[in-house]
This record gives sequence, structure tokens and C-alpha cells, in this order.
Amino acid sequence: MFDIEVPALFRGRVQVLAPTAFTLAAGSMTGIVGPNGAGKSTLLRAVAGISQDSVAVRRRGEPLHRRAIGFLPQAFSVASTLSVTDCILLGRRENLGWRVPVWARNDARGLLDRFGLADLADRPMSALSGGQQQRVLLVQRLFRNPALLLLDEPTSALDLHHQLSALSMIRDHARETGMAVIAALHDLTLAARFCDRILVLAGGAVVRDDAPAAAFAGGLIENHWNVAPEFLKARDGGLVVVPHAMA
Amino acid sequence: MSVADRALPWRRQSGRRGVALVAALLILAVLSLLDLMTGPSGMGAAEIWRTFRAGPAGEDRAAAAILFQIRLPQTAMALIVGAALGLAGLMMQTILANPLASPFTLGFSAAAGFGAAASILFGAALGLPLPGHLLTPAAAFAATLAATLLVWLVARARGSQPEIMVLAGIAVLFFFQSLQSLLQFLASPEVLQQIVFWLFGSLLKANWTTVQVSGAITLVCLPFIARDTWALTTLRMGEANAQSLGLDTHALRRRILLLTAALTAAAVSFTGTIGFVGLIAPHAARAAVGEDHRFALPMAALAGALILIIASVAAKLLSSGAAIPVGIVTAIAGIPMLMAVILRQKEI
Repeated sequence: MFDIEVPALFRGRVQVLAPTAFTLAAGSMTGIVGPNGAGKSTLLRAVAGISQDSVAVRRRGEPLHRRAIGFLPQAFSVASTLSVTDCILLGRRENLGWRVPVWARNDARGLLDRFGLADLADRPMSALSGGQQQRVLLVQRLFRNPALLLLDEPTSALDLHHQLSALSMIRDHARETGMAVIAALHDLTLAARFCDRILVLAGGAVVRDDAPAAAFAGGLIENHWNVAPEFLKARDGGLVVVPHAMA
Repeated sequence: MSVADRALPWRRQSGRRGVALVAALLILAVLSLLDLMTGPSGMGAAEIWRTFRAGPAGEDRAAAAILFQIRLPQTAMALIVGAALGLAGLMMQTILANPLASPFTLGFSAAAGFGAAASILFGAALGLPLPGHLLTPAAAFAATLAATLLVWLVARARGSQPEIMVLAGIAVLFFFQSLQSLLQFLASPEVLQQIVFWLFGSLLKANWTTVQVSGAITLVCLPFIARDTWALTTLRMGEANAQSLGLDTHALRRRILLLTAALTAAAVSFTGTIGFVGLIAPHAARAAVGEDHRFALPMAALAGALILIIASVAAKLLSSGAAIPVGIVTAIAGIPMLMAVILRQKEI
């Protein structure tokens, strides 16, 4: 169990996020959705400890060290010519010395293999497409073995196939290892499909915290996204949200 | 194909980088010998070796004096200064995320020049207990540290983003450049000539004291650089990625700023401004061994030393009586080198 307590966050004198607190189950995946400027990235950066806000993150009551929190920011683009394998290794930069141990290299290779990225292992990061970079950086953050993983739009550069495969891999990894995941997502269908729970953020406050099936009910989407949603049922019973322009 | 099999290219890459480092070291050794053999009085390899074996107190007094009092300190100084500028340049380009950055980007050379000019102009009047040949380097060193302190304070107060540091550095650069111009304007023609001569970077000022001081400062910096090697590599991933990997990028930038300042001051205080080495050596190093700073840092040091040794040999060959100041050679030769680097790389 993870307890996260976020105080009111200010940028200058403007409050950008109201105080909020939530609990995450180990191995769970929580989606954060909300219109642009709702405060999703602000919340994730604060929990990750990047902004200097005093967010309390506890695991079973004990404060969680920042080292145990993994974070993939929205602006991830890499211009470096470091190889993909080197990039994965940097995920454990604190443990690297003058010699990189063979097991670390093999671990990195193994993880690349699992995510279908083995072919890219020796390519320079700068030669990769945006989507490939995003997948490599996702693997890099998993290589860190975080107890809590924060993802800011982890599928923003991915094609349909890789959106599904990346999110299901993350979910499987979370269930296997007990890692808790918070992912900011724009695609409500994707969020409903992969998350155990959804936080809806609007205007700098959490306006809904519920299971996917109930998270968007009651005019919430109309009010905050300014679109008219059509709710459909997918073949597997999942929720599909189709947006239409407001009449 | 197993995971271990696929690790082979990586190991090969690692091996290639090691070979490049050893090759650079060997070339540097050969060129250093060439540098020792080059000079107005000419000495062959055999004579150099004989004189070296005989030691400073050898029977051939003239040869011993040339080798031990003139050539060895100059060659050693070229190696130290080149290595220090190469290291400082690579670190500066990494922390400022800017391929055009060099050890002098943040106004260090202008500050050193001001310090030197002030000591040449006012030094005698102050009556300090330091002899003249030590007062000027000490003043240059102190002024460089003062410039660093200004940039450091701005970075500390306003956040250590590259843009803030570059802006603060440019302000410092213009400030010290103006002060230096003012001193030159005030100086009498004889003093002005001395100031201008100092500003041309030259290895002729080298002696065993300068070698010891510059060498010691550079050596002291090395363990601190080694400690941050992986952090610097991580910074190449970009600001957001580095921060999200738990790196305090602002503190790292301030730490590295101090190290580059110490290295640059160690280099320029005794020799004057030697341009382009700190700009080109990092590009050459990254082109040869990539961006992993475990390899790029030593390579940048070797590349810096190589460039300066080549410039030193060239300066002595071009004008065998009064050697052209090596700073002028590096600046002229640096431009085609920089062009070659830009044209060879798709993106720098």
C-alpha cells in the first residue's frame, strides 16, 4: 500500500493544485485523466520529487525514498548518440562504476528482449524515432526497479500496436512485482481498459476517484472536456468513449 | 541467439573505445618526443635520450640546460594545459548542453586576462611579497575564480539552467573584457606590450614551478571529476530525463562549474589564453569514443594534449628563433579543425 499526500501546490502566487491525498494498492495501475492544463504533469512531477514541493509518499507507513520512485516525463526526447544499451544501463546510474558488470549488461539486454527492442540494442538513441525512444526510456525506468512508477503520457508517441503492448507490459510487470503505477493518459478508452482505477483531474483538483466503469458517469466529460461522449461496449466488455462535438 | 551472444557487439564497442584511447596515448607519446626534439638548437632522439639518461647534472651542461630547463617543462606544460582545457571543455559542453561551449564560454579567459593586466599594471606599486613571475599568474587565477563566483552566485540564486548560466557568463565576459580594455587604455606603451604578450597564450612561460602548480591543480580535480562521470553521461540524456533519474542537475552544474574553473585557471594563469583547444578536443573525443564519459573524458584530455603538442611543434618549426605563441597557432589551425568536425558530423 502506498499513501500519497500532496499539499496545495503553487507556481508563484497561483494555486495550481488543490491539496489531495490518495492510496494506491501494490501492483495496481491508476490512470490520471483530465483536460489540458488540469494539473496532471504538475501532480506527477511533485510526487516524483522533481519540483521542490513537499509531497509525502509512504509505503506501508514508511517514507518511500526518492530512489524508489521511477518517473517518465512528458518531454523525453533524447538527442544523445549513446547506444540504447548504454541508455538502459543509465537506469541504474547510481550503481555503475568504472566497469559495468556483465550481469547488469545481461539484465539490460534481457529487458530489451522482453519489450521487443533487442534489435535496437546497439543503435544510437539519436537515430531512433520518437516512439522507439519512448519505449526505450520506458524500459530504462523499469530497469530502475521502482516501487512506484509515474508515467506522464507514456503512449504519446506510440502507434496503436505499441500503445497496447506497452501498457499491457507495464500492467503485467506491476502485477508481477507489486510495483504501483500512476499514468497520465489522454485516451479515456485506453485508461478505462488498462487502469484499475481512475483519478479525474480538472481545474487543479481531483474531481473524481473511481473504478473505470463509473469514473466518467454523470456529465463529467461534458463539463470538463467540453465534448459530448458516446459510451460503447467493446467486444471484451470494456468501456469505449467516443467524443463528439458539443451541439 | 542467447542474451549473452547479443552482448558481443557491446563488448566490441567497449573494446574499440579502449583501443582508441591507447592509440591516442601512443601518438601523444611520439609527438611529445618530437616536441622535445624540436627547437632552435636542434637535438636528435639519441641526443635527447643520452641527455635524459645523464640527468640534470649531466656532463654536457648546455644540452642538460636545454632539455631540463627549457624543453621538458614546456612539453610537460603543453600536456597539462591541453589535458586541462580538453577536460574543462567537455564538461562545459555537457553541463551547458551546447556544442559551442568551451572553457572560456563563461568569461573565464576575460577574467584571467583582466587579472594578469591588473597585476602587470599595478603589481609593482602594491609591493606584494610575491615575485613578478608568480604575481601575474596568481592574479589571473584569482580573477578567474572571482568570475566563477559571480556565475555561481547567479546560478545559485536563479536556478542553474544552462540559459541562466550562459547569460550570467556573457555578462561576466563583457564586464571583465571592458575592465581589461580600460587597463590597456590606461597603460603606457611598454606596459601595454607586456599585457598583450601575456594575452597571447604561450608555452615559453613554462618552468618547473608552473608545471608543478598546474599539474597539482589538475590532479586534485581528477577524483572529483571521476565521481561525477556517470552523472555527466546521464545529463546527455537531456534535462528532464536526467532529473527523473534522480539526478540533481542544478547541483551537478554548479559542482562542475567549479571544477572547470579550477582547470581553466590552472591552464591559462601561467600560459595566457589558448583558444580552440577546449572547443575542439571535446568534439574530437565524442567523435572517437562516443558520449560515455568514462571514455570521453580521458579522450578529451588526450585530444587536448595532442592538439597543443602539435601546435607547439608547429609553432617552433614555423619560426625557429622566436617561437610564435602557441595560442595563435591553435586559433588559426583550430578553424579548419572545427570546420572538419562540423562537416563530418550530421549533428553536433
